[in-house]
Amino acid sequence: MALTREQLAQRVAQELQDGYYVNLGIGIPTLVANYVPQGMEVMLQSENGLLGMGQFPTEQEIDADLINAGKQTVTMAVGASLFDSAESFAMIRGGHVDLTVLGAFEVDCQGNIASYMIPGKLIKGMGGAMDLVAGADNIIVTMTHASKAGASKLLGECTLPLTGKGCIKKVLTDLAFIEIKDGKFHLLERAPGVSVEEIIKLTAGELVVPANVPEMAL
Amino acid sequence: MAGFNKVVNSYQEAMAGLEDGMTVLAGGFGLCGIPENLIKEIKKMGTKDLTVVSNNCGTTEHGLGLLLLDRQIKKMVASYVGENANFEAQMMAGELDVVLTPQGTLAEKMRAGGAGIPAFYTATGYGTPVAEGKETREFDGRQYIMEEAITGDFAIVKAWKADTFGNLVYRKTARNFNPLAATAGKITVVEVEEIVQPGELSPDEIHTPGIYVNRVILGQFEKTIEQRTTRQA
Repeated sequence: MALTREQLAQRVAQELQDGYYVNLGIGIPTLVANYVPQGMEVMLQSENGLLGMGQFPTEQEIDADLINAGKQTVTMAVGASLFDSAESFAMIRGGHVDLTVLGAFEVDCQGNIASYMIPGKLIKGMGGAMDLVAGADNIIVTMTHASKAGASKLLGECTLPLTGKGCIKKVLTDLAFIEIKDGKFHLLERAPGVSVEEIIKLTAGELVVPANVPEMAL
Repeated sequence: MAGFNKVVNSYQEAMAGLEDGMTVLAGGFGLCGIPENLIKEIKKMGTKDLTVVSNNCGTTEHGLGLLLLDRQIKKMVASYVGENANFEAQMMAGELDVVLTPQGTLAEKMRAGGAGIPAFYTATGYGTPVAEGKETREFDGRQYIMEEAITGDFAIVKAWKADTFGNLVYRKTARNFNPLAATAGKITVVEVEEIVQPGELSPDEIHTPGIYVNRVILGQFEKTIEQRTTRQA
């Protein structure tokens, strides 16, 4: 079975380490915060100027001056700090964030990512995504493996305008966990109950498949 | 003699001198920390052909979105415009010139503009449409693009508190782009929730020193929330 949004978040959470500063993008990445392993401390960076993002506020705690990068009302965790946008992106571009998780429309086997624009259709802007992919070393892209119509999103070459060039090394889809190196996709894990054949069929870019592909442990 | 007293008493006075075709830098992230009354004053003035530099362009009904409704903006420099339906429509129709700019690059462009640095190199956007027409250069084996600084004829800023000298303190994530815009305007106008006397703000706590600020006005704020998300108590 393909992973649900919650299971994708659960699998990403396994990549967290104690003491990590983490930036979570909008959508599925945000859910990762719900699966931080017990006893582990991670601090969430929100690029609008908050390090140490807490949970959503209660009705009484709502503060219009305290939001996250998705414009949602949030709270601050103990030990949080606040800063302006240039400082926030100094953290991101300076490589100080330990893990970045974000979504995409397409990824290719050269490590290119397209996530911000569909010409003639969808123009919203890149927000902080271009800075995040250029500044971070440890990035996980979360996305569905293929469109509803069955078109692969893991390509030999991205067709949409790029968000970043040669910067993606790990992709978690609803079907597989994949590493990108030497210009190829490498299949590391498959979602429970998903066959290697199905993954091969829905991966347009060159995919290296080892003899044994373990199922994800969730 | 006014000395260092930057306080003005009307929004008309606050935005005096704004003319058609000028560049306005605006603080705010989404609708958080936006100079909402200064924007409304620009709407009232009906100033046209503006170039506006801001992370977002408000929503359809709020913030800078009000200036789009009246087609007062000719060119918009922003990182994310997804919350404003008019934006996409005007952009597609070719009525609005848009320069999509990565968020960190936009912040740094304002910071550099205010600090007298004409340009800087960044890896952000290399190999993407953002890099088109820009100089690239290699440092330590990595490719970077040159981005030019931004300054404005006006900067419109929202802070929490000011003293009459224009020293500013922001509150929580309403800080965002405000301190950066504040440094990069030829005329920097700030609206605040509270004005205190010099000496009442601790010098250690001041986020924006008054040297960057030309006008301060006391405002009343709606503080519209875009995504009201809560948990059970």
